[in-house]
Amino acid sequence: MLALIGLVIGIVVGLLITPTVPSALQPYLPIMIVAALDALFGGVLAWIKGVFHDRVFVVSFISNVAVAALLVWVGDLIGVGSQLSTAVIVVLGIRIFTNVAGIRREVLHA
Amino acid sequence: MPSHAVRETRANKIRRFFRPTLAQAILGLAFCLVASVAVVQIRGTATTDPYSSMRRADLVELLAGLNSESDRLDAQIADLVATRDQLRSGADSSRVAADQAAQRLDELELLAGTVAAEGPGIRIVISAPEGKVSANTMLDGIEELRDAGAQAIEINDSVRVVASTWFADGDNGLIADGIELSLPLTIDVIGQAHELEEASRFRGGLVSQLESAKVGGSVAIETPNRIDVDSTVTVEAPRHARPA
Repeated sequence: MLALIGLVIGIVVGLLITPTVPSALQPYLPIMIVAALDALFGGVLAWIKGVFHDRVFVVSFISNVAVAALLVWVGDLIGVGSQLSTAVIVVLGIRIFTNVAGIRREVLHA
Repeated sequence: MPSHAVRETRANKIRRFFRPTLAQAILGLAFCLVASVAVVQIRGTATTDPYSSMRRADLVELLAGLNSESDRLDAQIADLVATRDQLRSGADSSRVAADQAAQRLDELELLAGTVAAEGPGIRIVISAPEGKVSANTMLDGIEELRDAGAQAIEINDSVRVVASTWFADGDNGLIADGIELSLPLTIDVIGQAHELEEASRFRGGLVSQLESAKVGGSVAIETPNRIDVDSTVTVEAPRHARPA
């Protein structure tokens, strides 16, 4: 319930504010969003299963986002940024699919 | 799932969904954060140009690609411009040639007498006793008119005088190109009226010969603004002469 309310509030806030994203952070923002989505779906799955630990979720959320951005940043430094960002997106995408499949199994038993 | 043996009931799950807990709050916060950032990012990619989020290497590659594309298109433009100029000059020269040919055709047709002609000039009407106008007099008169710049000559509205026209003295009078000319003779001449009139009237010329006591005829010369020469000749293909 609170999660859904948070989602709606987030969308409204995003529509209302127009922050200027620092240009140094701009290429990493999409990767960070995907990483956060992955952590979020993992958290939802854990909550549905009843094994949700707030500390674990917060740490995994922050570290996921940080590691994803860091990987791509390092990739940019050594000249394989676009390839590495693709790799990160693929891995996170697979994880998101797995998490969503788990949620589906829990909710629909299918 | 094997990790927890007891499956909770559906009602329990729904009750848990609506109960505000710390876990829910943290999840809600995370949702809020991700949703706002995602919406900002979506709006950013929708409004700003797609190149702003690209890496330097990608941009350099893109620029190189655009440069080579631009070079290729420049070369294509140069080719097409050259082709266009070629075609245009070709069309121009062929049109000029066609114009010149058409003009030349008009001149030659007038000269050969194959088309009708019109223009300023004089009309000479000759009345004389039967059989007194000789072919020689006629020929001399025609030559004088030609010298004065006659461009189309017609006798009695029926005989077009061209290079091959001949005159002869027949039994019943003058014959031109095989046609008997009845009196009075009417000679239509297109050219500069004043010069043509002078060429007819000078002492010893056509008028003075015809009006002499020997012939006893009379000549009237009109200078209308427009003379119509309607008779034409058909040119036969030369059998012996060929262009050298």
